Amino acid sequence: MKKPGKAKLIEFYTKMVRIRKIEQKLMEVFSNGEIPGFIHVSIGQEAAPVGICSHLSDSDYISTTHRGHGHALAKGIDLKFFMAELFGKREGYCLGRSGSMHLADKNLGIMGANGIVGGGIPIATGAALAAKYKKTGQVVVATFGEGATSEGVFHEALNIAAIHKLPIVYACENNEWAEFSPQRIHMSVKDVKDRAAAYAIPGVSVSNDVLKIYEEAGKAIKMAREGRGPTLLEIKSERWYGHYVGDAQKYRGKEKVAEAMKKDCLLNFEKLLLKDNVLQRKDIDRIEKEIQAEINEAVDFARGCSPPDPSEMMDGLYV
Amino acid sequence: MKEIRYIFAIKEAMEEEMERDENVFLIGEDVGLAGGSFGASRGLYDKFGPERVIDTPISEAGFTSIALGAASCGLRPIVEIMFMDFVTCAMDSIVNQVAKMRYMFGNQYTVPIVVRMPEGAGLNAGPQHSQCLEAWFAHVPGLKVVMPSTPYDVKGLLKSSIRDDNPVIFVENKTLHAMKGSVGEEDYVIPIGKADVKREGEDVTVVTASRMVHESLKAADILSQEGINIEVVDLRTIQPWDKEAVFNSISKTHRLVIAHEAVKQFGFGAEISAAVSEEIMDELDAPIMRVGAPFVPVPYSLEKFYVPSSEDIVGTVKKTLEQGF
Ligand SMILES: Cc1ncc(C[n+]2csc(CCOP(=O)(O)OP(=O)(O)O)c2C)c(N)n1
Repeated sequence: MKKPGKAKLIEFYTKMVRIRKIEQKLMEVFSNGEIPGFIHVSIGQEAAPVGICSHLSDSDYISTTHRGHGHALAKGIDLKFFMAELFGKREGYCLGRSGSMHLADKNLGIMGANGIVGGGIPIATGAALAAKYKKTGQVVVATFGEGATSEGVFHEALNIAAIHKLPIVYACENNEWAEFSPQRIHMSVKDVKDRAAAYAIPGVSVSNDVLKIYEEAGKAIKMAREGRGPTLLEIKSERWYGHYVGDAQKYRGKEKVAEAMKKDCLLNFEKLLLKDNVLQRKDIDRIEKEIQAEINEAVDFARGCSPPDPSEMMDGLYV
Repeated sequence: MKEIRYIFAIKEAMEEEMERDENVFLIGEDVGLAGGSFGASRGLYDKFGPERVIDTPISEAGFTSIALGAASCGLRPIVEIMFMDFVTCAMDSIVNQVAKMRYMFGNQYTVPIVVRMPEGAGLNAGPQHSQCLEAWFAHVPGLKVVMPSTPYDVKGLLKSSIRDDNPVIFVENKTLHAMKGSVGEEDYVIPIGKADVKREGEDVTVVTASRMVHESLKAADILSQEGINIEVVDLRTIQPWDKEAVFNSISKTHRLVIAHEAVKQFGFGAEISAAVSEEIMDELDAPIMRVGAPFVPVPYSLEKFYVPSSEDIVGTVKKTLEQGF
């Protein structure tokens, strides 16, 4: 795999900062009561979506989860309409019907976040079946957490994908927590990648480092595209905040949370880029400023949109 | 009597039953260390330990049938499904296994299992976290379906459900979890299958359950200002439902409205309406009417227009009063 050049590195960095800042803003507006329901942020986990989606074209597919903002953004979702959906406005991608937990953009192959843990895994596998069937050369990435690997559908989907050598990568972000329970409650294995052995597919584990993720995801996606079947790719990441915004994580303890926050995939990458002179401090300031302006604009846009009218509630239930 | 929240009444029922019978145990996601996603089992892990308050992986299909296997061997599991929407992942377990184990194997087994789950909209949690699916279970022979509306009822009914030798689908409602109400200090149970008249009236019978009991009581207050007195019959159990109580009320009022939060089509209201038409049609002075949610998934940002309200009940009651045969 070709090493990413300077422009690529800056692009990775910019995308990671963008996801981080967007989710920080979401926490703020959610806490103000501007966004109804629940939101789950992926702050601390920005490396995976960026490292993975950098290999995907607009026509490739990705399925996401309740913690899926980062992946949708890395795949290219338009921030304004993303915001409008979260604000429950009719201009949103899902007409304001679904919010954060069901964000989808069919045109970009963002197949939809899912409120059912594991729900997206077999659906993504079906997209891979369609790609193979039609010989389109598209690949699919199913994203999910380690908690989802205890659902039956995870095993059923991987087994079928392995049998049919489907063009899919199963990308699991192992942040060691599923809601309020640590990994030991959920799994008898330490590494999700070990589950791959049951389907005789490659299982790979990488740290929360965007360059390593980029490299391993690149191999897996290439393999899928060439018709050599699926890979189970595990990214060891950290969940900084609670399961949802508002969860104070008392069950985890302040020190453990502080420890997790020290492992900052964004800050580590920033340090590396500064050290290697890929970026200067002033570039970072500029990048941050531009992103902040874009975010503020998107939030203003969402605020200015209108909620769906109750008369539209039944629209489109059937074709 | 003491004032406690609905969610705490659930905890007390489980705690007291676990103290009473060492075969009772709780199993589900985040029920142990975390004390339950909605706090229903807070403190039980510390009190009873990890063998009796079992934290599971996210594996609804697996742990529901595991509970069934344990029940068939003499234990009395309480299964917690975090949101009713997720019970869909355990439908084979409940419909093909739990409901049929006794009958299919020639009555050799008893399977005393309670599957608890909160239903309903109210949190703006969207299409996959807000559904009311009780009618599905009421349609499956072999299951009982309970859906209490108050702290008092939830405690007494959960205790009888745990003591019942049949499988019970125990439907809570998320918006009721925080509701306070009086609960007896003594050990009491409420029989499954018995309705409760929550308010007496002579003009129209409103048959309802769970969250809609409270909307019906609000409607009763509004209507009473106009001189209309409705009788609010809280079914408390929808399978088996208390025909006698419903029929008695209709024999008094001669008009019937059925209100539930689930979508109107094919809800439990349809069954009650059909049974009334089949058996005591001559008691009715007007067509039966139903209040239920629109036939559409629960929309995130339109939730407050989606969930049936006291105004809908008021409107429907008035409509029945305007009609006759
Ligand atoms: C079928 C189902 N069961 C339970 C839940 C509740 N739930 C939502 S997220 C979650 C934990 C998921 O953990 P993981 O897959 O590791 O993802 P993470 O939240 O760590 O990103 C649970 C149990 C659900 N949404 N769907």
